[in-house]
Amino acid sequence: MRWLSRSYLTLVYLLLYVPIVVLVVFSFNDSRTGYSWGGLSLRWYDSLFNNHAMVQAMWNSLWLALTAATVSTIIGALTALALHRYRFRGKRVLNGMLFVVMMSPEIVLAISLLGLFLLLGLKLGYVSLLLAHVTFCLPFVVITVMARLSGFDERLPEAARDLGASDFTMTRTVLIPVIMPALMAGWLLGFTLSMDDVVVSTFVSGPSYEILPLRIYSMVRVGLKPEVNALGTLLLVFSLVMLMLSQWILSRSKQ
Amino acid sequence: MMRSIKQQPFRAAVLVLVWGWLLFLVLAPNMLVVGASVMTRNPSTFISLPLNLDAYRQLFNPLYLDVFLHSLYMAALTTLICLLIGYPFAWALSRVEKRRQMLLIFLLIVPFWTNSLVRTYALKLILATNGLLNSALMSLGVIDEPAQLLYTEGAVIVGLVYLLLPFMILPLYSVFEDLRQDVLLASHDLGAGRLATFKNVVVPLTLPGVLAGVMLVLLPAMGLFFVPDILGGSRNLLVGNVIKNQFLDARNWPFGAAASIVLTLTMALLMFAHRLSKRRLGEEGA
Repeated sequence: MRWLSRSYLTLVYLLLYVPIVVLVVFSFNDSRTGYSWGGLSLRWYDSLFNNHAMVQAMWNSLWLALTAATVSTIIGALTALALHRYRFRGKRVLNGMLFVVMMSPEIVLAISLLGLFLLLGLKLGYVSLLLAHVTFCLPFVVITVMARLSGFDERLPEAARDLGASDFTMTRTVLIPVIMPALMAGWLLGFTLSMDDVVVSTFVSGPSYEILPLRIYSMVRVGLKPEVNALGTLLLVFSLVMLMLSQWILSRSKQ
Repeated sequence: MMRSIKQQPFRAAVLVLVWGWLLFLVLAPNMLVVGASVMTRNPSTFISLPLNLDAYRQLFNPLYLDVFLHSLYMAALTTLICLLIGYPFAWALSRVEKRRQMLLIFLLIVPFWTNSLVRTYALKLILATNGLLNSALMSLGVIDEPAQLLYTEGAVIVGLVYLLLPFMILPLYSVFEDLRQDVLLASHDLGAGRLATFKNVVVPLTLPGVLAGVMLVLLPAMGLFFVPDILGGSRNLLVGNVIKNQFLDARNWPFGAAASIVLTLTMALLMFAHRLSKRRLGEEGA
């Protein structure tokens, strides 16, 4: 029984990781066709970084992810604090809206935002992408911060208030330090979600601001492009670093 | 006790910001989609009056009905495969000793943090006509000439399962974590066999996890339009592809909106079932 379940786990992990390993190995493949092995080479990395449009899209994506993660962390943290600390009308509605954003199919969020932006006459580009990305990152930040707040000693903020701290001062000096690890983890998650998003970005981006996932999308729709292997490998390493960083921050804060 | 805005400017600012964002970027756009679905298509302003239900009627046009049913079928099959792989997997995972479990969970989340487009593309490397799988099968002598794996229904389902499996496993894992060993022992002591214990104890207790997993897999499996774009060719479209085409190419907003409302309603139905199963479980447990 034991070895059976062990080998089953191993098998599924193998299936999950084989494509990723293939991608990484092929990114160092010298062969043009992309199927057979033609020796070790860095030519696809080279051609990647010599592709001006590609590098531009990379910077655009990084900047978008950076700003979207930051804005969603700020708003998400404030939302979590409000949900945790304040009693106000419509709290359940607010909670419900966040839940809906997280659960509803991305494509529904995408078309609803496209509709809004077009009716408002907003030019599709950086701003529309930013608004959309912040919106879909928001619930994830809220959840991460809420989880941190739920295990928190309620007497501390009370004590701060009794000592005469205003709400703002108390939040700054007591609550923010407590939720710091969750903020960092939420930021990293938001950053990654933004870097990887295809569905929402397909709808709300315009020609003035090309981002990486859409560039990849247009490349992989037809045939195989060895540069994508190289790019995918870079993105993979990048995500791994982000994820490990986030796990490290969260586990360190628990000790 | 309500304190006025003057006394609590910080609180007021936070609430205004949060409410403002959600009303403007969540509620308003969703209302807009509902509104658009009952309006008339207009080439210049996208939508216009009069109000009508033409878009919903168009959903039943045999051409689109076929696409919807085929998409639903592929999504259902994807969900079923994810469940069949994920259920025993989550069970086995919950049995692994704690320290190693953390690592295994980490390995499960890695794909969630990796670009899904790139992972779909990686499958293409494997499934292509002169790709790895065909070469492997041919050198093993299983087949004589390359099989058409790419641009088939099977390829789309493989792609969807590959992308969505972790979303099935994680909620299942969390219910198996809560499944206490002594409940199983009690069932055994009361004379139930393995099969009876599984049917009467394990399945009902893990049902909320199953439904959560189904919810997290079934809906994206109808929406992830880039999977058929990359792996499926033109005959294996998802509802997501239809919505995308209607909004971005055909510029038929009412129809695209109606199609997305169908997706949303499916989601609502699944969420309702999930709640119901949890509540029933709570009542029986009390």
